[in-house]
Parts: sequence; structure tokens; C-alpha cells
Amino acid sequence: MTELSRKDMLEIRDLSSEEIDLILNTAASFKEISTRTIKKVPTLRGKTVITLFFEASTRTRTSFEIAAKRLSADTINISASTSSVVKGETLIDTARNLESMNPDIIVIRHSAAGAAHILASLLEQSIINAGDGAHEHPTQALLDMLTIREKKGSIEGLTVAIVGDIAHSRVARSNIYGLTKMGANVVVCGPAMMIPKEIERMDVQVRYAMDDALRDADVVMMLRMQLERQEKGLFPSLREYAQHFSLNRDNIGLAKDDVIVMHPGPINRGVEITPEIADGPASVILEQVTNGVAVRMALLYLLSGGAK
Amino acid sequence: MKKKKVVMDAEGIERSLTRIAYEILEHNKGTDNLIIIGICKGGVSLAERLCEKISAIEGAEIMSGTLDITLYRDDVLTTGKRPAIGGTYIPFPLDHKRVILVDDVLFTGRTIRAAMDALMDFGRPERIQLAVLIDRGHREFPIRADFIGEALPSSLWENISVNLTDNGSEDEVVIEEG
Repeated sequence: MTELSRKDMLEIRDLSSEEIDLILNTAASFKEISTRTIKKVPTLRGKTVITLFFEASTRTRTSFEIAAKRLSADTINISASTSSVVKGETLIDTARNLESMNPDIIVIRHSAAGAAHILASLLEQSIINAGDGAHEHPTQALLDMLTIREKKGSIEGLTVAIVGDIAHSRVARSNIYGLTKMGANVVVCGPAMMIPKEIERMDVQVRYAMDDALRDADVVMMLRMQLERQEKGLFPSLREYAQHFSLNRDNIGLAKDDVIVMHPGPINRGVEITPEIADGPASVILEQVTNGVAVRMALLYLLSGGAK
Repeated sequence: MKKKKVVMDAEGIERSLTRIAYEILEHNKGTDNLIIIGICKGGVSLAERLCEKISAIEGAEIMSGTLDITLYRDDVLTTGKRPAIGGTYIPFPLDHKRVILVDDVLFTGRTIRAAMDALMDFGRPERIQLAVLIDRGHREFPIRADFIGEALPSSLWENISVNLTDNGSEDEVVIEEG
């Protein structure tokens, strides 16, 4: 497969494994550019990429901006708090106004599931979903898969444990779709009220105890415990959560000896992961960030130009 | 059925490369600051062979690298197709270096234009020279090779390919009618 015959990147759910391979292979070859002295290629020169973020982000937004700039594209960053959205402008009006300025690609993060899909159906620009509510975060899953493939050779047959607030996690959802498509065995684990009912229908196994989830895992993916959930009374205290569901030196031994530890960031040191593990030899957290730039460069490149 | 004709066989390729190796050394008075860079994909194996020959003649290792120009092409986004991007490996800045670019066939000159733009992002070479196995004419840009295996006038509906054992076939240069 040498082309991505789609206009947008909205969700992992409707990607084929061949498309995922194409994106990962392309991303792998883009990594080298970020090691050069002049970290730039002229490929997207003259193209305009707008990042439209309705939710806070450092990592994802910066990653998209750097990716676009390394391809010589022009970037504009719009965050809702400093835009006319505070004056009550709707999402669709915002998008239509931007469309009139002829951008090429719009990257959107929004708290409502389906926001990116609305834009994709209304605008002729390519739309990339940088996270829509608790629904999907496709570029995160792609960079996670690239990292796993790099470290383990291939994704097929691996046991991947995803631990945390699965119900509210778009990272978990996208990774579940992607990893199962690529042949991994996915195990999800977390407090019972954070595991969606019937999640087994997504082809994953459920464990309610951390030790069971970690046993013989090749990859452990820790999710950020969102502090806002605590305020809603979903669990009694961070300390109690950490006692049962944190990854630490006592339980990491249950996983395979060459296990890799992942986290989408930002990490809550001492809550879902101890500093020792986060900074330790099994951790690939910072490599995930490096791969994030490469994956986003690959998507911008694959979605640009050409007949669709 | 496409008509295929072998215009250079394994021995012919070998002799051309040997001559080019000597010419490079003569022209550059040795290997000081010389780096041989093969253009992906067709130039990589040829560059490796040239390096071996030059090392053997001079009795010294010679620096080498590879360059993929896909992202610098002037037609990179015109279709949806994205050919696989090969590995670019340039081990150090090119300031003050004499670069010998190596490719299999010189045709319109667009690949070399893209290669030079790419090289300029790696430093300021003192000199860029071009070695090709086949020059088939039909230049669309004012670009020429310094070292040529064979000049092979061709018509636009012919296709010239350099096949090498490194890529799983016999060493040969073939003209096919398009």
C-alpha cells in the first residue's frame, strides 16, 4: 500500500491494519529528520496547518506544530480560551470562517465526541482528530504502536496491559482498536466503576486486580488518573488508588523481564506510577513523545495533496 | 510483450565502475575530504561498489553515505501515492567536503536537483560532483554528470533500468520499450 486514500484521520476504529502499517512505516522513516542539524524538509512548503484546541494540551499541540514546521508548513495555533469561542461563536461557525482562509489541514481537539467528524463532513480540508471527548485519540494510539513495534519488533502476539480509568480514556479506546487489529492480546484493568460494561465486546480481557493484569505482560500502559474524577467521587482518594493500581517496583516484577512501560502523559508521579518506574530502564515514555512528532509528520504528509 | 535489450552486461558495468573510480581519484587528486553519497534507491549499490574500488586503489577507507530525495521531489504531493522513503544516512556535516553523488541513470535531471537541495541542508559542501552509470539524455534542467559510465541516447517511450545482483537479479543494463 503506497497511499492513504482518505481525506481525514478521525479514528483508529475504521483503519485497516495495512493502513496502520503504512502510517507506522512512514513515521519510522521520518524520525531521522529530527536528528539532523537542519530539521526541515521542503515537502509541505506553502501548506497551512491550523491547530484548533478546545481543550488544554502541551504535548499534542506542540507535537503537531513541530511536525508541521519540520515539513516546512505554516502553522497557526488557536486555543478556544483566547478566541471568539468565548464570545459564543459555535464550532461550525469557527470552522467555516477558518475554511474561508484556505488552510490545508485542520487539527482539532474538543471535549465533545464527534467534533472532528462534524468538521470532516462539512469542510473540504483534511481534518485530524487530536482527541474528541472520551471517544478516540488516533495519533496517540499510532505513536504508541510505533513505540511498541520499535521495542518489540512487532505487535502481533504481545500481551498489552492498559491500566487506569478506561471508561473515560480516549487513549485506551484508540489503543484497544489499534492493538487488537494488529494482533495483540489486550488486558484492561482498573477500579470496577472505571471499566465500561461489556468492554469484552472490544475483544479485550478484563482484570480487576493489578497483579492479574501485570502477570506476563510484554507492555504495560499506565493511564493518567484524572484528578477531576476524584472530585466526582469515583474513588475515595489518590492514595487508595495508588495502593491498588499504581505501577511500582513491587509489582513490575510480575510482568515479563523485558517489559516496556508506557504512559501517554502527563504523568502523576506517585499516583499511577512511581518516579522510580517512570524514570527507570523499562520506561519508554520519552520515546513515545519523540515518536509522536514522527507519527504526526507522517500523517500530515500522507494526507496532503493528491487526488482523493 | 515488451521488447527488452541488454545494453550493458556485468563485465561492462564492472569496467565502467573501475574507470569511474580512477577518474574520481584523478580529478580530486586523492581521497581528502571526499565523501561518496548514493541516491536511494538506484545509486546506493553503485556507490558501495565505487567505495570498495576506491579503497582498494588508494589503500584507505573512504567516507560514504546515502540520501533519499523523496521529500525533496518537485512532484511529491501531486498524486496520492507516497513511495516508501528510504534511509538517509549522512554521518557528519558536509562543510568543506567534496561530495560525489552517485545515481544509476541520469535522465531529466530533476532527481539531481532534489539531491542538491537536500545536500545543502546538511552543510556547505566545497564541491558537488555527479557520477552516473548511464546518461540517457532528455535533460529538463541544466544539469550534467562529471563521471559517466556510458552515454545512451534513448527515446522517451523507452525505459532504461540498471539491475544489480544486490537487488536480486543479474548485473545488467536493460532498455525496454515502454
